[in-house]
Amino acid sequence: MGNYEVRIGLEIHVELATKTKIFCGCAVAFGAPPNSLCCPVCLGLPGSLPVLNRAAVQYAVRAALALKCSVNLYSEFARKNYFYPDLPKAFQITQHDKPLAENGAVQYYLDGALMETRITRLHLEEEAGKLIHSGESIVGSEYTSVDYNRAGIPLIEIVTAPDISSPAQARAFLEQLRLILQYTGVSDCRMERGSLRCDANISLHGAEGQGGVRVEIKNLNSFRALERALAFEAERQADVLDRGGVILAETRTWDERAQKTVRMRGKASTPDYRYFPEPDLPPLQLDAHWVAELKETLPELPLAREERYQRDYGLTPYDAGVLVRAPHLAQLFEAVVALGHEPRLAANWISVEYARHWRQGGTVAAEQLGELLTLVAAGEISGTQAKSVLEAMARTGRSAKEIVAAEGLTVIADREYLVELARRVLRENQALVERYLAGEQRLLGFFVGQVMRETGGRAEPKLVNELLVQELAAGRNWQPRAE
Amino acid sequence: MNELAQKLSTGQVTSVELVEYYLDQIRSRDGEIGAFLHVDEQGALESARAADARRRAGRPLSPWDGIPVAVKDNICTVGMPTTCASRMLRGYYSPFDAEVVERLKQAGLPILGKTNLDEFAMGSSTEYSAYHVTRNPHDLSRVPGGSSGGSAAAVAAGLAPWALGTDTGGSIRQPAAFCGIVGFKPTYGRVSRWGLVALASSMDQIGPMAATVEDAEALFSLIAGGDHRDSTSAPQAEYVLPEEIPDCLEGVRVGVPEEFFGNGVAEEVAAKVKAAVKLLEGLGAEVRPISLPHSTYAIDTYLTLVTAEASSNLARYDGVRYGLRVAAADAAAMFKQTRTQGFGHEVKRRIMLGTYVLTASHHEAYYQQACKVRALITQDLENAFRQVHLIVTPTTPSTAFRIGEKQDPLQMYLSDQFTATANLAGVPALTMPCGRDKLGLPIGVQLMADHFQDGLLFTAGRLLERALKEAEAVGQL
Repeated sequence: MGNYEVRIGLEIHVELATKTKIFCGCAVAFGAPPNSLCCPVCLGLPGSLPVLNRAAVQYAVRAALALKCSVNLYSEFARKNYFYPDLPKAFQITQHDKPLAENGAVQYYLDGALMETRITRLHLEEEAGKLIHSGESIVGSEYTSVDYNRAGIPLIEIVTAPDISSPAQARAFLEQLRLILQYTGVSDCRMERGSLRCDANISLHGAEGQGGVRVEIKNLNSFRALERALAFEAERQADVLDRGGVILAETRTWDERAQKTVRMRGKASTPDYRYFPEPDLPPLQLDAHWVAELKETLPELPLAREERYQRDYGLTPYDAGVLVRAPHLAQLFEAVVALGHEPRLAANWISVEYARHWRQGGTVAAEQLGELLTLVAAGEISGTQAKSVLEAMARTGRSAKEIVAAEGLTVIADREYLVELARRVLRENQALVERYLAGEQRLLGFFVGQVMRETGGRAEPKLVNELLVQELAAGRNWQPRAE
Repeated sequence: MNELAQKLSTGQVTSVELVEYYLDQIRSRDGEIGAFLHVDEQGALESARAADARRRAGRPLSPWDGIPVAVKDNICTVGMPTTCASRMLRGYYSPFDAEVVERLKQAGLPILGKTNLDEFAMGSSTEYSAYHVTRNPHDLSRVPGGSSGGSAAAVAAGLAPWALGTDTGGSIRQPAAFCGIVGFKPTYGRVSRWGLVALASSMDQIGPMAATVEDAEALFSLIAGGDHRDSTSAPQAEYVLPEEIPDCLEGVRVGVPEEFFGNGVAEEVAAKVKAAVKLLEGLGAEVRPISLPHSTYAIDTYLTLVTAEASSNLARYDGVRYGLRVAAADAAAMFKQTRTQGFGHEVKRRIMLGTYVLTASHHEAYYQQACKVRALITQDLENAFRQVHLIVTPTTPSTAFRIGEKQDPLQMYLSDQFTATANLAGVPALTMPCGRDKLGLPIGVQLMADHFQDGLLFTAGRLLERALKEAEAVGQL
C-alpha cells in the first residue's frame, strides 16, 4: 500500500483446554452428540447460577503470563446483554471494565526480522452455543437448530494494539500467538474447529491525513483467510482513498468463496451491550503467590527456544523455525540430541523426513531415530536407504536395525563392482558421454542416477560420483574396443 | 410450631392428618383468597405418609418432620410447575429443586403447593399475577401485599402453617405486614439462591413467613446455609437455633431513624410502631434517635438497580428453549412476539426502564449513579450499626390498600420505601405485627440488624412479640 501506512489490530478468541465448562461441571468435548453436554447452568434455566471453574482461571493466567501481560489480582465479571438464539441467558458473562490481564507483548520473526506486537488486554468469558441453519444463514432458513454443547466453554479474548503493519505480519503474529498458547497447554488452538478465532481491525493512514477510519473484518477462519482478507481490504481501502473517497466505519465479513470482504453492518448499528457487573459472581481475587508460582512453572516459550537452537546447536533459522513451530518435533529433536547425536544432522532428518511421516500419523521414538542416524553417520546405509528405512519405521514401529537386516539393506561401497557398473553405464550412453565431454557437465547427475538405479539405490552416492568423474576424465578404456 | 412438633413426636397427630387439615382449609377457603397457583395434594400426602412412617420408626428427619409448608412459585420445585405467575412460564417444570426446597425435603416437610405472586416478583400487591389476584384474609376487598402475597395470605388464613417467600425490596416483609404475620429477609448470602428465579440477583433473598417469630426462626434455621452452587452464598451462612433466649434486652441499643416516620406515613402506623419501640425500651433496650440521611433515596436507587438487573435476568425468556414460544416468521420476530405475549405490563415496564438505565448514553447518569448512592446507603447503615444494635421502623407507610386502588405505578413502588434499604445494604430485616389500625388492618414493625446479626432480630422479635401480647391482654394496644 505504497502511499498509506496500514494499521492492523486483532481480537482473538481462544477456547481453553479445560476438562469442564467455565461455570458448570459439564464436560468439554468436540464432536459429542448435540445437546448431550449441557445442564441447567449452561442452558440458562430459570433459577440456575454460575460457579467459576478455577482451572479456567489458571489457564487464562498462564496465557496472560506467557503473553507477558500484567495480571490483575482483582478483576470483575460483567454481563454483555444481547439476544441471539445461541446465547442461553441472552447475556454473555465476560469481563469488561476490570479485565484479568493487560499490557502484554508478543515477539516473533517476520522474514528474519524480530517484530513485537503489544497486547492491550486479555479477559475470561464464556462461549455461546452453536447454530446449525437449514439454509445459508439464520435469515431465510426454514429452521435453525441449536447445539448448546459449546455454550459455557471457557474462552479468553485477547486484544492487540494496532501495531501490525501488513497482512503477512498479522499472520506471523497470529501463528506465534497460537504457538505460545500451545506451548503453555492453554488451548489446542485449532482454527478449523473454532478453538482459535480471530477478528481484525484495519485502517489506512495517508501522509495528508487521509483515511484513519477503522474497519472490522469477521469470519476469518484460517491463517490464509486472515492474510487474504487483510490484503483485500487494504487494497480496497487504498483504492477508495486514491479516488478521494471516504472509508466507512463498518463491520465487514470475509467471503471465502468470493475471496473478498463484504459489508455486514455500519458502526452506528453496533449493538449497545448494556454492560454491568455480574451480580451472581463475586469479583475475582487472585493470590499473588499463586500467580508467581504459575509464572515460575511456565515452560520455555517458542521464541526463546528458536533462539537457543540457533545459538547452542548451530541450526539455521529455517530449521530452528520448523522444529519450534511443531512442539512434537522440537521435543523429539531435544531428545535425540540428548542421546548424543549431532544436532544439525538430527534437525535435518526431523524437520524434513520425519516431519513428513509424522504429519501422516506415524511416530518414531527418539532412541529409534537415533539408531537410524548412527547407521547413516557410520555409512552403513545410504541416505536414500535411510529414507525408506525411516518410512518403514514410522509405518511399522520396527527398529532401524531390524528393517535393515530384514531387507538386506547395506551400502554398496565395493569399488571394483561400482567401476564396472559405471563403465557399463557410460558405454550404453555414448551419445550423452560425447555431449558431456563437449562441456555439458550437468549430465553427470544423469549418469549417477543410472548407477544408483542399477544398485537399487544401495550404492554410496559420493563414491559413485567420484568414480564416474574419474572414468569420464581419465580412461577411455570403458569405450568399446576398436576392432 | 413447637407444639405441633411435640404432638407429632408423641403421635397425638399424624402428618397425614395435618396435611389433610391444610388441604381441607385450602379447598374450602382458597377459592375466595386465591393464595395458591398450584396445590400438590398427592405429593404432599405422599410425603406425609413417609414422614409418619419415619416417626413410627423413631427416625424423624428433624423436629419438624411432617409439618407441611407452602412455597412461593418463583422457587423451583421438581414435580410441580414453577410459573413465576407469568404466562411466559405457564406449565414450566424445573428439572431441579431449589437448594431451599432440597433442604425442606431433607427436613421432611411436605410441600402443599406453590403460592401466587406478582409476575416474576415485580409488584407490591400480587395484583400483577398473570393468573389471578390474591385477597387479604383480613379484608377480602384488599390486597395481601406483594410480591409474596400468596404465601402471606396462605399463612394469615391458616391455609399453611408457614411458607417461603422471596424478598428483593420488601416482597416478604410488606405482604407479611399487610397480612399480620411475621416475615424475615435474611442477610444477603445466608440463604442459597440456587433455584430462585432471579429478579435482581444482587438483592434477592429467600426467607420464612410464619405466624410467630419463633416459627419464622425455625423455618429460617432449615433453609439457611452455604451452598457451593451459589457463588454469593456466605461460608458462615448456617443458622443454629439458640438454646436459650434471654428474657430482656439489656445492653441492646435500638436506633429509631427519624426519616422513617415522616411524610406519607399513616399516623396510626407511626403510633403503633412507636408504641412497639416503647415496649423494647421496657424490655431493657436503650433507645436513641439516629439518622439514615440517604434513606430518602432508597426507593429510587432500588428501582434503578432492580430494573437494570431484571432487564438482564428476564432476557432469557425468548421462546427458544422453554416456556412460551409464539411462532413467527424469523428468530427476531419470534423473540418479539413471545415476549410481547408472555410478559405482563409491569414486567414490560421494568424491562424497559432497566434497559434504559443500562444503555450506554444513560449508564453513568442512572445505573452508575444508583450504584454510588447504594454505597452511601450502605455506609449510613454501617455508621448506624456502630452506634446501635437494632434499627426500628415501620415496615410499610400504610396498611393494606384496596384491590385496584393503586393504579399509578409510582404509588405502588412507594410501598417498598422502608424495606428496600435492607436489600440495598444486604442486612437482615424482620417484620412482625404490632397492632391494628381503626379498620382492623394489621400494622407491621420492622427491625433491622447488621450483617449476620439475624439471630439478634429473632431474639428481640420474640421478646417484643411476648411484650405485645401482654400489653394487648391488659388493653394497652
